[in-house]
Amino acid sequence: MRSEVAQKNEKGLGVGTRRVIAYTVLIIVSFLCLFWFYVLFINATRSNGDLNKGFRILPSTYLLKNWTGVLNGTQPIIRGMFNSLFVAVCSAVLCTYFSTMTAYAIHAYDFKLKKFMFTFILMVMMIPTQVTALGFVQQLRDWKLMNSFIPLIVPAIAAPVTFFYMKQYMESNLPLALVEAARIDGSGEFRTFNTIVLPLMKPAISVQAIFTFVSSWNNYFTPALILKEKKRTLPILIAELRSADWLKFDMGQVYVTIAFSIFPVILVYLFLSKFIVEGVTAGGVKG
Amino acid sequence: MKQKVKRGKVVSFNKWGYIFLIPFVVVYVTFQLIPLFRTIYNSLFENYMANGGLVQVGPNWVGLKNYSSMFKNPDLWKYLGNTMLLWIMGFVPQIAMSLLLGAWFSDPSLRLKGTRFFKTVIYLPNLIMASAFSMLFVVLFAVGGPINSVLVNLKILSAPFDFMNSIWGVRGLVAGMNFLMWFGNTTILLMAGMMGIDTNLYEAAEVDGATSTQIFFRITLPLLRPILIYVMITSLIGGLQMFDVPQILTNKKGGPLETSMTLIMLLNRHIGISKNYGMAGALSVILFIVTGALSLVVFRFNTKTEK
Repeated sequence: MRSEVAQKNEKGLGVGTRRVIAYTVLIIVSFLCLFWFYVLFINATRSNGDLNKGFRILPSTYLLKNWTGVLNGTQPIIRGMFNSLFVAVCSAVLCTYFSTMTAYAIHAYDFKLKKFMFTFILMVMMIPTQVTALGFVQQLRDWKLMNSFIPLIVPAIAAPVTFFYMKQYMESNLPLALVEAARIDGSGEFRTFNTIVLPLMKPAISVQAIFTFVSSWNNYFTPALILKEKKRTLPILIAELRSADWLKFDMGQVYVTIAFSIFPVILVYLFLSKFIVEGVTAGGVKG
Repeated sequence: MKQKVKRGKVVSFNKWGYIFLIPFVVVYVTFQLIPLFRTIYNSLFENYMANGGLVQVGPNWVGLKNYSSMFKNPDLWKYLGNTMLLWIMGFVPQIAMSLLLGAWFSDPSLRLKGTRFFKTVIYLPNLIMASAFSMLFVVLFAVGGPINSVLVNLKILSAPFDFMNSIWGVRGLVAGMNFLMWFGNTTILLMAGMMGIDTNLYEAAEVDGATSTQIFFRITLPLLRPILIYVMITSLIGGLQMFDVPQILTNKKGGPLETSMTLIMLLNRHIGISKNYGMAGALSVILFIVTGALSLVVFRFNTKTEK
């Protein structure tokens, strides 16, 4: 029986050969994913003159000089970083806290509009923010909220995708018996949510906090429409670098500016990749 | 059973369901729903800046005239074509690669080592700031940039190739970047689906003497169909929103002769630069209807997996 199976398998490729092919493709693909960031790192350490001579495999020693050059340059990238950081951290906190609250409302209580609300949130989940951008910008103009971080942070409270993830997580990880036990012990509903539900949701909250942080950090479309001058975030500064006559710039500094926007996320990812990759698998929805 | 327990004990607490929903509802209505209605309202008015932004025309009620003139404008169809072409050029290799890698990762007979490392690496580009990643590509693929210098040194090219001034150069870069940024994500999604397939089916097929290629096409692929449709629709919705990469890569101009100009780039131009709010509104409404129809499919998928 066994030999029969082995014989039949010879029609296709053997396991050994298939393994070699798989590894080869995986290595090529990994190279394609990492190569750009490697070149970015190398080139950020080289001087302008050296860069003009072409490609090099090993780093040079100009990183610090390029960095001070960028700091003294025309682009306020430190300020841009703090702006980006502020918006991203606030969004991540608000988004995870209130999405958990929304999911808890739907998960733990029975009320008339429950089914309607759940269906509604799922329906609007995939609608892109760009299609409401026009009305959004006009409204901000009326409310004197242009060039402010508030319209980039507060809307994070209503995040259907995060809500959906939290709801899914609660189905399998939040026993309602626990909530009832807290009730019998006399804990108020709001307190139960803060002291019992939130800690239990920690794994899901950290995964979603990372995703919200990263998508806010990378966001370009909406900030570009509302932020100006001192409020500019990193993606806007990158776009301005693109529009400038960058070929005449010190190329080492151009690379450092790009690296400065990209490497913080890579660093965070190096430490948290396990959660992130698992989070993608578990969530299943991350357009 | 669950239902009964809730009815019995929790009923007096149920007003808290409404209370906990307040933040979401208030924020959603103010920052999404009202802007959406405002956008729709705008699409019914003629409202733009003439004479290079000096004179404001409108707002004048024009009914559906914005829509008819938008559909008559060949540019809209050109940009729609660009968007779809760029999406397909990135999506086809992406789904093919993801299926291949997903099948390998989930194949127990291959026993690949270091799958966690590979998964981590291929997912990485998804988290990178698209605008900075595009700027990096602009610099690397410039005429005097490192890619050209390597290609010339290896004698692959006789002279540096100006990617940014070539129609297919720009399109290829946009598609390539979208491929790089999304195939890891798709691989992980498809792999989760493949892991869910009953292993008995594979064993039975193997006993019957099927090769791994046959197993893939006759068992894995048909059973994966729902997830494949889901991945395709979500990717299409994402593709319609394509903006950051072509915007930065082409410096807001849409590439040589606007051959890489996408719909959202046009929307951005209407809102930000030409201040043609009537047209911006009409375009938004059309995009809203299309993405809304597409997301109904996703909605049905999500509610099905619920049960």
